[in-house]
Amino acid sequence: MKIHEYQAKELFKKYGVPHPTGFVCHNPEEVSDICKKLTAPYVVKAQIHAGGRGKGKLYDKNDRSTLVLDGGVKVTKTPDEASDIAQKMLGNILVTHQTGDIGKEVQTLLIEQGLYIKKEYYLGMVLDRSKSCVTFMASAEGGMDIETVAATTPEKILKVAIDPAVGFQAYQGRELGYGLGFDKACTNQFVKICATLYKLYTQSDASIVEINPLILTTDNTLIALDGKINFDDNALFRHKDLLALQDENEEDANEQEASKYGLSYISLDGNIGCMVNGAGLAMATMDIIKLFGEEPANFLDVGGGATKENVTAAFKIILSDPKVKAILVNIFGGIMKCDVIAEGIVAAVQESGLTLPLIVRLQGTNVEKGKKILANSGLAIIPADTMDEAAQKAVDAVN
Amino acid sequence: MSILVNKYTKVITQGITGNTGQFHTRMCKEYGTQMVAGVTPGKGGEAFEDIPIFNTVREAKKHTACNASVIYVPPAFAADAIMEAVDAQLDLVVCVTEGIPVLDMVKVKRMMLGSKTRLIGPNCPGIITPDECKIGIMPGHIHQKGHVGVVSRSGTLTYEAVDQVTRAGYGQSTCIGLGGDPVNGTNFIDCLELFNSDKDTHAIILIGEIGGTAEEDAAEYIKAYIKKPVVAFIAGATAPPGRRMGHAGAIIAGGKGTAAYKFKALESAGVAIAKSPADMGKILKEIY
Repeated sequence: MKIHEYQAKELFKKYGVPHPTGFVCHNPEEVSDICKKLTAPYVVKAQIHAGGRGKGKLYDKNDRSTLVLDGGVKVTKTPDEASDIAQKMLGNILVTHQTGDIGKEVQTLLIEQGLYIKKEYYLGMVLDRSKSCVTFMASAEGGMDIETVAATTPEKILKVAIDPAVGFQAYQGRELGYGLGFDKACTNQFVKICATLYKLYTQSDASIVEINPLILTTDNTLIALDGKINFDDNALFRHKDLLALQDENEEDANEQEASKYGLSYISLDGNIGCMVNGAGLAMATMDIIKLFGEEPANFLDVGGGATKENVTAAFKIILSDPKVKAILVNIFGGIMKCDVIAEGIVAAVQESGLTLPLIVRLQGTNVEKGKKILANSGLAIIPADTMDEAAQKAVDAVN
Repeated sequence: MSILVNKYTKVITQGITGNTGQFHTRMCKEYGTQMVAGVTPGKGGEAFEDIPIFNTVREAKKHTACNASVIYVPPAFAADAIMEAVDAQLDLVVCVTEGIPVLDMVKVKRMMLGSKTRLIGPNCPGIITPDECKIGIMPGHIHQKGHVGVVSRSGTLTYEAVDQVTRAGYGQSTCIGLGGDPVNGTNFIDCLELFNSDKDTHAIILIGEIGGTAEEDAAEYIKAYIKKPVVAFIAGATAPPGRRMGHAGAIIAGGKGTAAYKFKALESAGVAIAKSPADMGKILKEIY
């Protein structure tokens, strides 16, 4: 689960990670009051769940060809300018390299105290899969896209892995701090920040905590200028308070609907809708569509259950995408028998009134019974025995 | 011969009184697996279809001499269940449970350092040596005794591979599903090493997916040590970066972990590549 920068900074405040004074704003009329609590310069930051905001562009919500503002993060000297910027950001569409062309509507702003920067750093925490532990990454190449730094100059990223049995130790922070070139006073500040972040990460079951940039101000104070936190979805059951931070406006409506039925759905750009049981087989089904020259419209894992209810829900979600011209169902019946699945498919087709070509490939337990049910249903279902045959028939159907 | 499990393996079910635990315990027993006990705290002294239930793993081991466990307990309690089995010094623990918090598994891995127990999973279908022992949720009847070792990060895609291998006229020595989580017990290299030294495994099918570097690491290992023919497929060539494709571990992050890169690494290690998931059996037949 992702949260906004302003929410990450609220957690920084709770734990004691230094960050700029700032206020959340939903209406341009609030700006002048907010500015009275700060001193110039002011920073106006659009709050969306995507990176690259500073270099992003804001377009008019009603006329997507009109550029309203260049940049989703603006520094200004006067409250009037800040109000003007807020007016241009709120309700309009911010497009960054991470949002894709569709962009995201800006509904919230964070207005912060501007600071004087001496140097920018990067500090992040993630799970190191190869070591099975949480790892700190730090770099003096702050402010930049850290993935670019990692790809071009990996030696400029310092890493320390944290032993989960004993947690973060001060010497690990000193190793990073002196490695970044800090003096003793700054290293002491840095060690404290790392220790606090480790507590935040482990206590909240985070999956990413990132400060980019972490700045050294002209008066030699380290401050988290930005903040990004993602949480482990599997651990949210024990963090009801964090669940409240979820912004439904940022979530894809179909993906949310799918999760209600225990389906895992991701929308893609192609025209062949897919419904598969199991994530690995679902990806493999997308891949084989591509190998036959077309593109999948989605990833959809119906899970082990594949009951009538969730097959119906899956069809409805797939059909809500107007690009879809055919649907390919690929089910390997294991514990769930093919005849049960076939009954579910027939009922779902009847209930959803599906008219697009439907290719069904069943394999596994009771496959013959399952095929008979599909054949005798009177529905125009196109059967297939193998993945090859299914992919070929789906591609033929859209051409 | 086979790897990790055979007809002598004595298995307990942790979470035997839940629906999933009951169903799969019955299926495994019908397949011929020695299901010797179940563990559910508070239900000690009861029985499930003649299988005795104990309160703790240690107690179950004392009375049944079990050496393996399969776990179906809910995600919030699964890490605790794994650690209980590790502490009781079982040889093998298979954790089927999906959705365990990552930081719980980080603790489990740390706790397992230096222990004698091998963990398979979590979030995995399990392990099967055809006609001898099935631990987990895979459909037994698609398997056939033979000499192809199958190791995979997926569930149903593994069944697809096994089915293709069987249709190509080959049986399997042992099939293992490693699971789709970012932190898990057993990786490709562990299984490759075991298959390599197993006299009854003559060829290996490796099924990977996007995310992490397990396939790249496996490629290096294969290049250096594996003399047996290996066929590989990687799922997720069409997956967009930054999106988690069902499995928590299946995500292309920071430009790393793409299918193209993994295919390339395996190909340069001399592995026969199935570009299409429909060709795993066919490619196996070409080289073995």
